[in-house]
Amino acid sequence: MSLNRADIENIARLARLELTEAEIPVYVDSLSRIFAFVGELDRAPTTGIAPMAHPLPGLAQRLRPDEVAETDHRELYQRNAPRVEAGLYVVPKVIE
Amino acid sequence: MSLPAAPAATVAELVRGLAAKRYSSVELTRAYLDRVAAAQPELNAFITVTGEAALAAAARADEARAAGRGGPLTGVPLAHKDIFCTEGVLTTCGSKMLANFVSPYDATVVAGLRQAGTVMLGKLNMDEFAMGSSNETSYFGPVRNPWDTARVPGGSSGGSAAAVAARIAPAATATDTGGSIRQPAALCGVTGIKPTYGRVSRYGMIAFASSLDQGGLITVSAEDAALLLGPMSGFDPRDSTSVDSPVPDYTATLADSLDGLTIGLVKEFFDDGLDAECGARIREAIAVLEKQGARVREVSCPNLPLSVPTYYVVAPAECSSNLARFDGVRFGHRCESPKNLTDLYSRSRGEGFGAEVKRRIMTGTYVLSAGYYDAYYLKAQRVRQLISADFARAFGECDLLLGPTSPTPAFRIGDKCDDPITMYLNDIYTIGANLAGLPGMSLPCGFVGGLPVGLQLIGPHFSEARMLNAAHRYQMETDWHLRVPAAFA
Repeated sequence: MSLNRADIENIARLARLELTEAEIPVYVDSLSRIFAFVGELDRAPTTGIAPMAHPLPGLAQRLRPDEVAETDHRELYQRNAPRVEAGLYVVPKVIE
Repeated sequence: MSLPAAPAATVAELVRGLAAKRYSSVELTRAYLDRVAAAQPELNAFITVTGEAALAAAARADEARAAGRGGPLTGVPLAHKDIFCTEGVLTTCGSKMLANFVSPYDATVVAGLRQAGTVMLGKLNMDEFAMGSSNETSYFGPVRNPWDTARVPGGSSGGSAAAVAARIAPAATATDTGGSIRQPAALCGVTGIKPTYGRVSRYGMIAFASSLDQGGLITVSAEDAALLLGPMSGFDPRDSTSVDSPVPDYTATLADSLDGLTIGLVKEFFDDGLDAECGARIREAIAVLEKQGARVREVSCPNLPLSVPTYYVVAPAECSSNLARFDGVRFGHRCESPKNLTDLYSRSRGEGFGAEVKRRIMTGTYVLSAGYYDAYYLKAQRVRQLISADFARAFGECDLLLGPTSPTPAFRIGDKCDDPITMYLNDIYTIGANLAGLPGMSLPCGFVGGLPVGLQLIGPHFSEARMLNAAHRYQMETDWHLRVPAAFA
């Protein structure tokens, strides 16, 4: 299976990844190769086989009591933020 | 380069030496920090060295011992893969994206090993976000193999394997999504264990592919792994896939007899891709296990050859979802003067992630996108079921499976960078265990052309004790695991 430039630009847009001009042909080539490679899976007969999402089947998702377990760590967590003002994360204006 | 002498060969020996007061933890820690500093220009195994904090922790360990407190591991130095969050310490995951990230909390694995008294020397280099098989994708530069510094140490836990092989850290934590503990252990001539999925908490372990990721260890010996695995294992309410079952004392059964143990040789592991000399080393190891009382039979896992293509759908899909959190807003790299929110996301991610991480995010985005989900993602999940069923059938006939860890010994830095598929095929023998959630180990079993070869064991879910037992018995009869590269002896 072969991908083209428009495919790569579309995937990068969906993934919110800005690519440089030089990167695009590299990914056209390597993703085409990867999809040709994973195309091998088509040969495996899987009719009636259930998809396996988890390596330990039968392990049920746990629930916990609805009790407060965490305290507020906002200040500590915001030390890693690129830009903070008055305890808020600052991003470019979203609504005009 | 000349290194100050390593205080001991194994963690087991350090445990005895500390108990007998042959040295203090401060003396030990200083000796390893000196070795780290001397080897760093050559190996680049560390991203961060926490020397001051290590010496302070060592002093506390010595005080605890003097007061009659602490356990066998109190004062033993080790190092953590930089994928594990460490409170107040840089945690980069080998990426520019997190080059300035100081974790506000400890991973459960880190906390468990600290509570057991171990002393952290620092954080180890790795492939970016654990995506790689050669440690060449690290933003902080490649790690070099101590057996031949022109060669790769394997990956993604390349720093962990190189540090233990060069004896600049007595032991190291590591993680394995498709072979990232076992393959570097094999290429560096050390012991690696990837426990059963769910055995070790993933809390604070930066996520790559959540249904495959599992924390584990790289050590000199199986005995060392048995000593350290207990304190890092067990149920953790903070990890929703942590398994609530008791953790056995892995050291208690190490020396049990192998009489009656049935080992299955996986036919598909001895394929045309396996280097003939490496295959010969594996056959020699089988003979050693047979002499110990193990029975050997051939088994077949017919769907196993599909494990690499299955993995390269499932793992990138999970990666693209997990790495969506890196958006330049709350932590991590942010681009300069973003025009709008989309520009902020796209440029921060485009600049912060390296080439291989972007490749996997895009692969995953594509297989999850409308119109392709069934053809790729669901199809791969169905084949994953077939591969798991193959293993389950094999374990109906035998107790452990055996094969090579990697098709070849360590390759040269730069040799496999041009074609991603060539690089991905390094993990052809290791990926199956991740898809099925099974525990696996790699043990040093000899050399080819001066480079170490690894033997792989795979067990049923939660059979770590039996696997460590077989590994330990093998290491009682052989000394491959005690060989140290001449430049670092």
